[in-house]
Amino acid sequence: MIKSRTRRRLLIAAGLVGGAFLVGGYFFYRPRDRLRLPVGAAVPKGVAWVTGWLRIGADGSVTVAVPRQEMGQGVTTALPMLVAEELDCDPASLRFAQAPIDSLYANATMIADGVPFRPDDHGWLARIARVSQYKVGELLGVQATGGSSSVRDGWEVMRQAGAAARAMLVGAAAARWGVAAGECRTERGVVSYSNRSLRYAELVAEAARQPIPQQPALKDPARYRVIGTAMARLDVPAKTDGSAQFGIDVRVPGMRYAAIVQCPVFGGTLKRVDAAKAKAMLGVLEVFELEATSTSAAAVAVVADSWWHAKSALGALDVEWNEGANARLDSAAQRQLYANLLADAEGRVYEKVGNPLVELTAERQVLQARYEVPYLAHATMEPINCTARVKDGRCEIWVGSQAPTLVQWLAAGPAGVDRDKVTVHTPFLGGGFGRRAEMDVVVQAASIARRMAGTPVQLLWSREEDMQHDLYRPMAMAQLRCALDAQGGIRAWHHRIVGQSCTGGITARLQPLAASDLMKDKTTAEGAFDLAYAMPHRLVEHVLVHQPVPVGFWRSVGHSYNAFFVEGFLDEVAHSARRDPYEFRRALLAGAPRHRRVLETAALKAGWGTPLPPRTGRGIALAESFHSIVAQVAEVEVGADKTVRVKRVVCAIDCGKAVNPGIVAAQMESGIVFGLTAALHGAITLKNGRVEQSNFPSYDMVRLADSPAIETHIVDSGWEHLGGVGEPGTPPIAPAVANAVFAATGQRLRRLPLRLG
Amino acid sequence: MAKLMVNGVERDAALEDTAPLLWALREDLGLTGTKFGCGIAACGACTVLVDGQPTRSCVMPIAAVIGKPIHTIEGAAARKPYAAVREAWIAEQVPQCGYCQSGMVMATVALLEQKPMPSDADIDAAITNICRCGTYPRIRKAIHRAAADLAKGAR
Repeated sequence: MIKSRTRRRLLIAAGLVGGAFLVGGYFFYRPRDRLRLPVGAAVPKGVAWVTGWLRIGADGSVTVAVPRQEMGQGVTTALPMLVAEELDCDPASLRFAQAPIDSLYANATMIADGVPFRPDDHGWLARIARVSQYKVGELLGVQATGGSSSVRDGWEVMRQAGAAARAMLVGAAAARWGVAAGECRTERGVVSYSNRSLRYAELVAEAARQPIPQQPALKDPARYRVIGTAMARLDVPAKTDGSAQFGIDVRVPGMRYAAIVQCPVFGGTLKRVDAAKAKAMLGVLEVFELEATSTSAAAVAVVADSWWHAKSALGALDVEWNEGANARLDSAAQRQLYANLLADAEGRVYEKVGNPLVELTAERQVLQARYEVPYLAHATMEPINCTARVKDGRCEIWVGSQAPTLVQWLAAGPAGVDRDKVTVHTPFLGGGFGRRAEMDVVVQAASIARRMAGTPVQLLWSREEDMQHDLYRPMAMAQLRCALDAQGGIRAWHHRIVGQSCTGGITARLQPLAASDLMKDKTTAEGAFDLAYAMPHRLVEHVLVHQPVPVGFWRSVGHSYNAFFVEGFLDEVAHSARRDPYEFRRALLAGAPRHRRVLETAALKAGWGTPLPPRTGRGIALAESFHSIVAQVAEVEVGADKTVRVKRVVCAIDCGKAVNPGIVAAQMESGIVFGLTAALHGAITLKNGRVEQSNFPSYDMVRLADSPAIETHIVDSGWEHLGGVGEPGTPPIAPAVANAVFAATGQRLRRLPLRLG
Repeated sequence: MAKLMVNGVERDAALEDTAPLLWALREDLGLTGTKFGCGIAACGACTVLVDGQPTRSCVMPIAAVIGKPIHTIEGAAARKPYAAVREAWIAEQVPQCGYCQSGMVMATVALLEQKPMPSDADIDAAITNICRCGTYPRIRKAIHRAAADLAKGAR
């Protein structure tokens, strides 16, 4: 056990610091059986697994094991559709179940995406890096949902699972009839031969005993009947009648409730706590001190018979914290530091082509601007929570998590059990956005449950704790410089970013030994070093800073700020060149036909160039992220009181092809509204080492009344270009709105949230 | 111990009557469809109907609702607009993560009871709940659809 844990840790280190090349040839070339059954697979009577990806019930229902977690993005529909297509089952018979934890369901695609190469780089180095990193992902075996990778990762294997199961069902029918399998046909859950037919449900027991074909033939996409349709989501009905179960809804017999207060200053420790008054309060059972770990903050937890009682008792605690070195941390000083670094420090180079610095110091006119964004909280609607029971050497966890495998690994220590004694249940996530990739609440809940000696406990953070103890989208600042060529195109471009590293942050929280500045975190400069625009001389660098504020993955990660920097500045460059911002971009995309088509689609559908009322403007922005290309045109009205009202957003996306166009459109709407909240409202600021915002009034959200009309147009470029959709809708909206504000008012806003002077 | 009239049934809540209704519903009565979001009536995830009025149960003391009819999402079928609202929610494929949707649905049921054919401005004023997944454009469409369906049914 110890040995295997050490190996895992080393593997994490290898994967996360990009040490993929260290992995030996044996592992590299070892074929992986992705259709096997999960370890310990057990199913109810009358149901059989057919490969590790689906079970067929006596009633004909097809239950697909979904390896990714549903947090709103639609994976419990899109992934079963892949299986259904090749299985030839009736889509109405589809059900889903979240897959158990097993390396079979690992997400290697997400890990492979972490290599810092441009998406259009298909050189040998980039290829080897991606393949190596993919292998590391397979070896790590982590089930994780993120990086808009679920459909891309499932695309091959889940279609194969459907095809393999179909072949096994056909094999069983053919054997029963004594005919050749090749002569049998399948349609809507029935195998037929001549005038004989059998339903899948009648064949499943025999089919499960058939050999699993490893490379089953897949359909010609021209024959798709399920993939490509706007099939209704399988999770929607339960989300309209209150029956959908989230982590917070878990009820275990005998369960108690815990509330928590964490040290208000990052990195502080508990000095002393007098819990006498709290313990005397109604319903209070226990008060626990929780030490700071690399994963979680120092805290005091109250366990009671009701969460309300636990929460009320927190107010009666007499707590003193050692605030430590960060007690004076404040946003103004941080901004000053970043500005200084921007001026003086050289960053790590993410892309250098030509002689950008020479070109930018030559005689030509150089345009220059500074952009910045603040820290942001995720503010998932479901506050952070985790339910745990530690009993008889076993630990059971119920948590809505983006990384259930990590839950298993991270809970074991504080629960005091071996990793293989941890069972993880994964209900729906009430929003994820990267926040639920974190393990802080898991470590805390496991630690509390261990001390409750067999009594299950649900730990629930208040909204205030959530907002003040998030792993924030990094604050970032950028300086951009540009020189034009004689034809009005871009000759040279220099983009320097200052900020923290999300990947470094999460690595330090999960496995401190593996954290290192040597790691080149792609996410810090994504959306900056990988642009499709023609820029013959360019330099993109990132100055890494360490700050006590913990940072983590926030929907679209580095793209969330780099798109604002790049597309805002590009708009300035266009205007200074006296060019239309759409036409200017279009000209720069002459060598990038997919990007150009997306841009053109958005502009056309938005009526770019048509007249608008006074104080109204259109802005355009384009961003490629997670293998999808998105352009948005925002139509903005600026009120006499300087309020910005976004009336309409037209969005075009090329995600290759849409597995479910309805879900793609919904994800574009979702990404846009999420990004709009950041553009118009979002800012986490610090004073005296504390986060100043605490709940929705001080960290406000776009509401229905402020929500624009949104239309999405899907640009088709083929299955070979499959891209993600959960995140790519977010990056372009802030610059599109800022550019529209400029069009409406002539004021250039270079800082989020947007505030008109 | 307070006696509450929830979804047409009289039920005992173990919590003292100064505590918010939300926790009695979720913990004492097992009605977890009503959600906790902010604890300060800012987000609307905890919206239930009290006497037909949309009420943010996270700040509503139990004492204030004793004897009044309370409807949660689990008992929403007893309210006339609910079936149409639910159908519209499914037709427009509104929910994503789904966490805020109980509150959205209950706020909509209350709106349609009071204004069977709401304008966009009525919707803006009534639906102030927060959805982090950005389902707002679909909620607006679904409300109009439900209103139209209800009007057809009434004719």
